[in-house]
Amino acid sequence: MKISIKKILFIGLIIFLLMQLYQPARNIGFEQDITADFTKVYNVPKKVEIILRTSCYDCHSNNTNYPWYSYIQPARFLMESHIAAGKENLNFNEWGNYSSRKQNNKLDRIAKQIQSNEMPLASYTLIHKNATLSATQKKEVLDWINKIEDSL
Amino acid sequence: MKKLKMNIAAILLLTVTYVNAQGGHNHSTMKMEDNKEMNHSKMIMKSDAKAEAILWEYFNLKDALVNDDAKEAAQAGSKLIASLKAFNRKTYEDMQQMELIEIIADATEQAEHIVKSPINHQREHFKTLSKDVTALITITGTANTLYEQFCPMYDKGSAWLSTTKEVKNPYYGSKMLKCGSVKKQIN
Repeated sequence: MKISIKKILFIGLIIFLLMQLYQPARNIGFEQDITADFTKVYNVPKKVEIILRTSCYDCHSNNTNYPWYSYIQPARFLMESHIAAGKENLNFNEWGNYSSRKQNNKLDRIAKQIQSNEMPLASYTLIHKNATLSATQKKEVLDWINKIEDSL
Repeated sequence: MKKLKMNIAAILLLTVTYVNAQGGHNHSTMKMEDNKEMNHSKMIMKSDAKAEAILWEYFNLKDALVNDDAKEAAQAGSKLIASLKAFNRKTYEDMQQMELIEIIADATEQAEHIVKSPINHQREHFKTLSKDVTALITITGTANTLYEQFCPMYDKGSAWLSTTKEVKNPYYGSKMLKCGSVKKQIN
């Protein structure tokens, strides 16, 4: 009986170690074209920009600030899938390349997701405490988006 | 010990297949190229029929939302994606093609979200989709008589298209079926 528990633990360890072999390319943009960035398209107030960079850019840009545990699987795998999905739906670095139709729709989506507390993701703010949006921060971003939308 | 070795070998094999599976992303781009070729060969066909097909799926989606049926709406969404993909913009002028690319891309994105979202999200994306489809038919035209309807209550006012004059609200469904009015008749 004892031997089989040991065996299971041993196999578990092997699986864990083998998992570490899988290290996909990181979402780090070294020579990125920042002319298309959101902050270059609009005149974004500093306060709003800081909020976006801390709470959104990790998954919605070409550059992620990776925490230490991102080097360990399976954390890494979960993170990369979130980033891939995040970037596909919205990439602030690529904003300038979006059609104006897409930009307008995305602005609307951003506001709705923040309004309904769907973004930033709860699983993300659980660990990244500083990414949590306070009521005032939410208002700051939403008011600004409203202003931009009205001026378009 | 021999058993253990077998186990390790099995795990290794699993890892390798897993990594390989991760590398399978190219498939989607290949498929897209296939589609392009298909469009080429069908260039002789009237493109209007393809715009009508998009409209048809859009109305199925609208009806599903009127009936508060998220599952039906998701199914209509995936059919809509297929009809958007099949659309052929080549018969239009260059300037129109530019706009058509953007409209189709945006509509596809909305439809993709409709496929995988709960009904309240489906309705949010349906609003954007309605804008896209309306823009589409201003370029392609349509053989049908359509009614642009408008509900002032949903999300600061939202429009949609219908084939009948009678208002059945896709944004509220049974909750407020009659909310809205006909804004414009097309054809």
